Amino acid sequence: MSGTHEELSVSLWRGDDDGRYQTYSVPRRESQTVLDVVTFVQRHLDPTLSYRFACRVGVCGSCAMTVNGKPRWTCRTHVAKVAGGGRLEIGPLENLPVIKDLTTDMEQFFRKWQQAKGVFAPSQTRHDAIAQIRPDSPARVAADAAIECINCGVCYAGCDTVRWNSGYVGPAALTRAWTLLNDERDAGNTARLQAVAASGGCHSCHSHQSCQELCPQALNPTAAIAALKRRTAAAYLKGEITA
Amino acid sequence: MNVRLYVWQRATAAVMAPLVLGHIAVIFYATRQGFSAADILSRTRGSIVWAAYYGVFVAAAAIHASIGIRNILSEWSPLNERRAGFLAVVFGSLLAVLGARAVAAVVLS
Amino acid sequence: MAGQVKHRGSALWIAALVHRLSGLALAIFLPFHFLALGLAIDGAARFDGFLRWTDQPPVKLAEAGLVFLLAVHLLGGLRVLVVENFAWRDGQKQLATIAAAVSVLIAVGFLARLF
Repeated sequence: MSGTHEELSVSLWRGDDDGRYQTYSVPRRESQTVLDVVTFVQRHLDPTLSYRFACRVGVCGSCAMTVNGKPRWTCRTHVAKVAGGGRLEIGPLENLPVIKDLTTDMEQFFRKWQQAKGVFAPSQTRHDAIAQIRPDSPARVAADAAIECINCGVCYAGCDTVRWNSGYVGPAALTRAWTLLNDERDAGNTARLQAVAASGGCHSCHSHQSCQELCPQALNPTAAIAALKRRTAAAYLKGEITA
Repeated sequence: MNVRLYVWQRATAAVMAPLVLGHIAVIFYATRQGFSAADILSRTRGSIVWAAYYGVFVAAAAIHASIGIRNILSEWSPLNERRAGFLAVVFGSLLAVLGARAVAAVVLS
Repeated sequence: MAGQVKHRGSALWIAALVHRLSGLALAIFLPFHFLALGLAIDGAARFDGFLRWTDQPPVKLAEAGLVFLLAVHLLGGLRVLVVENFAWRDGQKQLATIAAAVSVLIAVGFLARLF
């Protein structure tokens, strides 16, 4: 049943990994977003629908879902842009276990963040002078270009290498590791290089560049990962890290 | 895939890039001239240059192809990394042995 | 689960897949190539018999296919080496498409020179 110009035919994933799509009819509104559509279903048609959101304005990263086959922020996706023929197919993010309906278990995403040492390792205490970081130093420019990740999981959901290789830490974790590698205040870079040089680290990336195409913050994980490959190869050849 | 395999993969790729170009040129020349076996062998037999060129090519290809196969097996087949690695080494060894035999076949008389 | 995934149609994703599949095809081909060359161990006659066999048009077509695979794998590999070692540049999609086109030209050139 396809929608008229006043109604949308919306298929939503219900259940867990072994679930199915269920179709609802949702009235079309001007400037409607996909999140509006999901919210309408839950409030007026089926209160048993489970989904995540928080800010509704594209700063928190909670509402990412698969919309017509592509992982996106639903609060920043206008229905007019994606609902060709009045149809929408909305599912949970891929590459993550489904808890229920449109919500996924992000545990592996954050565990891999830790595995890639995407965590700041301090070199000083509060009693030391504040570090003077020049914003235009090459390292800080590199870090700033990659820092605005809000952990939405879109890149992880869109990455085929994540899909094929359960040990791969993924583009977001590696991008964060890259920003910390460029942080002059960080004291953990040898361990970090060792972590991303290991199996499942940056060398698993095949430069498909889906992450770069899909990132709603216009970040470029492929470039960050390429830089990690250069750094780790140099460190390995110098004997600073081992395979 | 880790940094060690990565370095070997990329290094053998870089070594092979010019060798492949040369190989394509050889293919074009030999097929254009319609070389027979005797034509080919009279050029390759006893030649240190051909032995060196294709000896290096075989070694690099065996390493490069086996690492590539390892990636494909660990990503596209149900095998775990250890098994994929083992099969890749077997395959690489097969290529090295058959390749060395092929080089010997055309270079030694 | 979800339907068609559109970012998988991008030129760079296809380039990566072509690179992998061409590498796989070449890896499978290589042992046979080495065995064929190894025929020369028994002397020129057996090797020559094999070369005669390759004169048939379907085999020549297959050889052109192999030349294409080799060229496309090389150019795809150069793409990877460039992405990994040089500063990020725009226009990569165009480069990837050009690389595929050049490979086709090389393979066609190979075929044309034979007939």
